[in-house]
Amino acid sequence: MEELVLMKGNEAVGEAAIRAGCRFFFGYPITPQNEIPEYMSHRLPAVGGVFVQAESEVAAINMVYGAAAAGVRVMTSSSSPGISLKQEGISYLAGSELPALVVNIMRGGPGLGTIQPAQSDYFQAVKGGGHGDYRLLVYAPSTVQEMVDLTGLAMDRADHYRNPVLILGDGLLGQMMEPVHLPPLSRPEDLPEKPWATSGRRGGPRRVINSLYLQAEACEEHNRRLQAKYREMEAVEQRWDSDWAEDAEVLVVAYGTVARICRTALQDLRRRGLAAGMFRPITLWPFPVPALEQLLKRGRIRAVLVVEMSAGQMVEDVRSVVCGRVPVAFYGRTGGVVPSPEEIGERVRAVFGGGTDNAGCL
Amino acid sequence: MDRQYEVIVAGFGGQGVMSMGQLLAYAGMLEGLQVTWMPSYGPEQRGGTANCTVILSPRTIGSPVVEHPAALVAMNRPSLDKFEDRVAKGGLLVVNSTLAGRSVGRQDVRVLDIPATTIAGEIGNERVANMVALGALLESAPLVRADSVVESLRKALPPHRHNLIPLNQEALRRGMDLARNGPPLKAH
Repeated sequence: MEELVLMKGNEAVGEAAIRAGCRFFFGYPITPQNEIPEYMSHRLPAVGGVFVQAESEVAAINMVYGAAAAGVRVMTSSSSPGISLKQEGISYLAGSELPALVVNIMRGGPGLGTIQPAQSDYFQAVKGGGHGDYRLLVYAPSTVQEMVDLTGLAMDRADHYRNPVLILGDGLLGQMMEPVHLPPLSRPEDLPEKPWATSGRRGGPRRVINSLYLQAEACEEHNRRLQAKYREMEAVEQRWDSDWAEDAEVLVVAYGTVARICRTALQDLRRRGLAAGMFRPITLWPFPVPALEQLLKRGRIRAVLVVEMSAGQMVEDVRSVVCGRVPVAFYGRTGGVVPSPEEIGERVRAVFGGGTDNAGCL
Repeated sequence: MDRQYEVIVAGFGGQGVMSMGQLLAYAGMLEGLQVTWMPSYGPEQRGGTANCTVILSPRTIGSPVVEHPAALVAMNRPSLDKFEDRVAKGGLLVVNSTLAGRSVGRQDVRVLDIPATTIAGEIGNERVANMVALGALLESAPLVRADSVVESLRKALPPHRHNLIPLNQEALRRGMDLARNGPPLKAH
């Protein structure tokens, strides 16, 4: 195992991408993710890679499209407003079945909002964002080590499915430092070949990459193929974690930064003898439906509390799994406000007391 | 260390509060502890306040956000005003008395008034006031060993800055001496 290093979440994503064989970064600055391009701007040239600060987010995502079509591992990163600008390109990447890593270090919205952390881009990440029937694999790390691990995995899965993959972090995770173990550096030339890439014909057959199918039937056939791929992702790629969920009477569901804040709150409640546990989706799409379903089927859970740094987005997916069997309460902070373990603890206690109101935006 | 310990370090931009927190986290990592370092990253400007939260723990760290830290290092008056009330009962306040301009009002915390900026000036550079305060903190709370902090400096500073290590070491030592020998801990 390599030496531990102390890194910011943002830097860790950059280094992990490089170690996974990514040599191309195209982006445009925005807080709170600027350490990613900053890191890539000096690290990529040092390993023979390319860093371009594009003239805009729209330009950056289309540069990603070009590099991905040429068959190389490529990434871009931004924060909420910038990710909105990239949605058209992401839809094109999905439609053209091009692998790429997109990192969203979320900040409070809507509009320019704030530079403080938020989770209010969940809908955009898992329900579409751009136009058309497409899906992204969406990973939600909650530690800097997970930023590293999921970045490597994301690069890998993107190539495997020929599909863009999104890492959904937030400003807090991007800015904080934790010790990480980094994987060894892989060389791009050692990665599997991409027989579909438009990397030069050299006398071989013509290859075309494009998302245009003018004939309705042909476009439907294309959609069928895409949907079959998404069903496979649903079957194979779900990831989750849980704490004290086995005997929990109240189950907290949270992801990313909020999940670790909930964990501290739950530790305290456990010490006081309250049977509260946590379910943490790591893939937000595909949402780990069967795993949550299984916990509910045990019959111990009396109520569910969803906590997010949003006005209530993931809670919709949780409600659709719970399907009315037990009450689902929600607690959210918005606009860049990070909830404290104390206030979350209070909410969990309220749910134990029978309160199932939706204390949304305070 | 047998339990989690949280420290908020706060001061003016330029006083080295971020790097002091990073050194503490780095030293904790070298000693095999779990650590998190979380900066404030609001729309700050030069001369404004900056702060970071450092958590050291023998176990996995949950929330990087701390409402009531076990210790506060306040390098100036605005930081003391902002964070004094948040320190946990029985916690520790290390106050840079050169710039705080007032004493601590609370009776339920340990207070260490350290003229960090003055002492740093005496030994050659006011910019090591952060290390004087860190020395005082380490002497009064069971966090990490001073030699782990020095080791962290060696690893974190680029080689051409290693000439600054003796001055930082001296600042650390002065802070520890002050915390040990006086001014005495105010017994509230």
